[in-house]
Amino acid sequence: MKLAYWMYAGPAHIGTLRIASSFKNIQAIMHAPLGDDYFNVMKSMLERERNFTPVTTSVVDRHVLARGSQEKVVNNITRKDKEFKPDLIILTPTCTSSILQEDLQNFVNRASMEIKADVLLADVNHYRVNELQAADKTLEQIVKFYIYKAKKEKILSTNKTKHISVNIIGITSLGFHHQHDLKEIQKLFSDLNIKINLVIPHDASVNQLKKIPEAWFNVVPYHEIGLLTAQFLHEEFNMPYVDITPMGVVETARFIRHIQSILRTYQVDVDYEEYIDEQTRFISQSAWFSRSIDCQNLTGKRAVVFGDSTHASAITKILVREMGINVVWAGTYCKNDDEWFNNEINNLCKKIIVSDDHNFIADLIAETEPDAIFGTQMERHIGKRLNIPCGVISSPVHIQNFPLSYRPFLGYEGSNQIADLIYNSFTLGMEDHLLEIFGGHDTRDTISNTLSLKDETKQSSIEWTEEAKNELLKIPGFVRNKVKKNTEKFALENNITKIYLDTMYSAKEALKKS
Amino acid sequence: MTLQTKNNETLVFECETANYHTFCPISCVSWLYQKIQDSFFLVIGTKTCGYFLQNAMGVMIFAEPRYAMAELEEGDISAQLNDYNELKRLCLQIKKDRNPSVIFWIGTCTTEIIKMDLEGIAPQIEAEIKIPIVVARANGLDYAFTQGEDTVLAAMAQKCPKKSEPTIKKTNNSLLLFGSIPDSVANQLILELEKQGINVSGWLPPKEYKQLPAIEEGTYVCGINPFLSRTATTLMRRRKAKLISAPFPIGPDGTRAWIEKICSVFNIEPVGLEEREKQLWESLSDYIEILRGKSVFFMGDNLLEISLARFLIRCGMIVYEIGIPYMDKRYQNAELNLLEKTCKEMNVIYPKIVEKPDNQNQLERIYDLQPDIVITGMAHANPLEARGINTKWSVEFTFAQIHGFANCRDILELVTRPLRRNNTLSQLGWNNYVETTIK
Repeated sequence: MKLAYWMYAGPAHIGTLRIASSFKNIQAIMHAPLGDDYFNVMKSMLERERNFTPVTTSVVDRHVLARGSQEKVVNNITRKDKEFKPDLIILTPTCTSSILQEDLQNFVNRASMEIKADVLLADVNHYRVNELQAADKTLEQIVKFYIYKAKKEKILSTNKTKHISVNIIGITSLGFHHQHDLKEIQKLFSDLNIKINLVIPHDASVNQLKKIPEAWFNVVPYHEIGLLTAQFLHEEFNMPYVDITPMGVVETARFIRHIQSILRTYQVDVDYEEYIDEQTRFISQSAWFSRSIDCQNLTGKRAVVFGDSTHASAITKILVREMGINVVWAGTYCKNDDEWFNNEINNLCKKIIVSDDHNFIADLIAETEPDAIFGTQMERHIGKRLNIPCGVISSPVHIQNFPLSYRPFLGYEGSNQIADLIYNSFTLGMEDHLLEIFGGHDTRDTISNTLSLKDETKQSSIEWTEEAKNELLKIPGFVRNKVKKNTEKFALENNITKIYLDTMYSAKEALKKS
Repeated sequence: MTLQTKNNETLVFECETANYHTFCPISCVSWLYQKIQDSFFLVIGTKTCGYFLQNAMGVMIFAEPRYAMAELEEGDISAQLNDYNELKRLCLQIKKDRNPSVIFWIGTCTTEIIKMDLEGIAPQIEAEIKIPIVVARANGLDYAFTQGEDTVLAAMAQKCPKKSEPTIKKTNNSLLLFGSIPDSVANQLILELEKQGINVSGWLPPKEYKQLPAIEEGTYVCGINPFLSRTATTLMRRRKAKLISAPFPIGPDGTRAWIEKICSVFNIEPVGLEEREKQLWESLSDYIEILRGKSVFFMGDNLLEISLARFLIRCGMIVYEIGIPYMDKRYQNAELNLLEKTCKEMNVIYPKIVEKPDNQNQLERIYDLQPDIVITGMAHANPLEARGINTKWSVEFTFAQIHGFANCRDILELVTRPLRRNNTLSQLGWNNYVETTIK
């Protein structure tokens, strides 16, 4: 057993559901107790999803415990098939169902004989992999299934497209800025005159998967999700892939050059150097911004970085190489990826941290006292407690990290966004610091409706009973003054000179009526 | 409205497939740790439980809450590790870090399935670490959302001392209330009862575990929430208390009926209640005007549904369906009677009460009925709004202050919010935000 308050990566089934809900026309059925379908709330809330999340539960209750799921799972699968006519149904085990050790594969086999849709049992072990690993695995599982199926039916399409084309692998629902990143990569490929063959899993139909081999190569923008698929496609069809994350101008250039080298193996002689130079120096603002005198002030500022391995390593590279900031340490919670992470940023910072214990990270931040933090929502809150500004650069996320406006992290526009994020984090810190030195904002307790000084003489006549005072103290700090003010206003209006518990409630009631 | 026909039947109860969305009952730790200030809640479960709590509690999680997961690992599941040693180690750490007056162990689906003997282990560890341990099985195999609180309070009821301290003056009109609500709301209800000469001798849960109220044989007890049937049963059967079965103090009508029922048990003629209720209805008139004649559909997820529906019918609304996770007809008897009476008096058809609803079937019915408001969980709220159907997120009713006379306005504030907001927006003429009509 482990004492835990917070986790960076969710349980395995979340990863499977993220993949399932990214595709078009897939239904996922969780084998889980009541209440485990919290994924639907997250999807509907965080992504402000307009459609019903295609995830339902085959509820594990006392009866199931006593007699096994028996017909229940099969019935739920056939029902979904009738109601939604999906292409694929994924039966998703949860931590509860994995210890029940029911033969879910058998249910899947039985159901598949009765229904039109394909059925798969997500092949993930709850006690060994986390959300990200499970997502990677499930995506590979689905792709494999449809490739083999197409092979068997002899409809696999292995001829390359006439024009140079690419598959983008790993854009998922509930991914950190994934939708914006996708648009930015699409724009990048359009600039490079490369056609997009398929984007998976985002908005893809499983029926399109037979077309995967038509692309000339694959790109995997995020290291956590999609790599297994790309590796499988490499083994199966000898398809080359790019696993460089185009985040920051330097890495975006490396990404493009890698594509150039792949295309040369196809005897296509492209030269993207001019494009890279033009974009870096004139279209993107971030390179020039780093050179501008404003950015000089950031030289040697101390920062720490923490997040998933993709974002934490990319941001570290940008901070150190592109902005001259001193990254005291950088870390990731993707423990399974530690070797890769180490290699990526090995010579860029003194210390590399691999941990999924937020208390350890919090203590480390407190000890380091950096000028700014770049981390997840958890580090943002740690920063709040320590009064250190924080830019959020990675999952786990919050509704604020699903902005309506265009906020990619990838490509040339992404580097602008990141430069703003970094710069704003530091200036906010600087402003705060100056405010503190010069005595802070002029805030005042007041019971009048104005901020000016008149009308303050009357309030002093009001007395609070001990009981009412105690009640007032129980009200959370951020609204306490408002309650105090409203109660005293109510007392003034009603010629009450002493405030009892009752007076407070009457004031609350009166306020609501007005 | 064609539905406003004469009633001549009784309430109809149905039961569906239980394919519905609700919160896991372990969510009760989020409000109980705040209520019981010297407590610590240890949820013994998996990453799935932790992930739910961390996301459902939102910003609370960052405020160093007095709860934690005892996260089970593969070694715990396969019994390579010893439950007793593991739990003792974690509890000692909690004692060292937080020194609480009580540790609640919240059992989950996993502890049920691997049959971890929490009730058996607790007394031994309790004796060794010298901190009381209360075990509650708030798992998703057996319970929904607010029923989590019920399992915790039922476990606490067993721990209440027998004899009250001699210093406390005993009166005949003394009463123990059960149900967790914020202190200020509890004080308001206590004041209302004091006005009628009734002394609230204790409250379960108390503000601090150290103040656990005494329960003697024959103590009168009364619930303030509709989901506390196990607690009621425990108080009656194990502690020999007398249960006052009353409607719940939600809405002016409910609050008045609640006080009246309590008064009647103590042979007290209630004073000024009729006037108080009347005043309140008048003060709510602006909201009632918005609601009158409008229809509402409860998908059901928190067991407050019967009381809220009863209040809204009194406000002039038409309730098509009351979905509810679990319906204890005995514990909610008085509330169900008041619902029937209210329907008759308002001359509306009885709503259909659907236990263990099937959300997919409910969506079909919602498309057919096109209610003015659907009260539902967050999983369905945005998709329904996108299809032009007004929704109110049901979980807000469990976190808002809704009890007693003083908070009636808060309930209507919540219910009318989508109508008031969407009134403004609908003038823009975009009521459908999905491209196709596929559900």
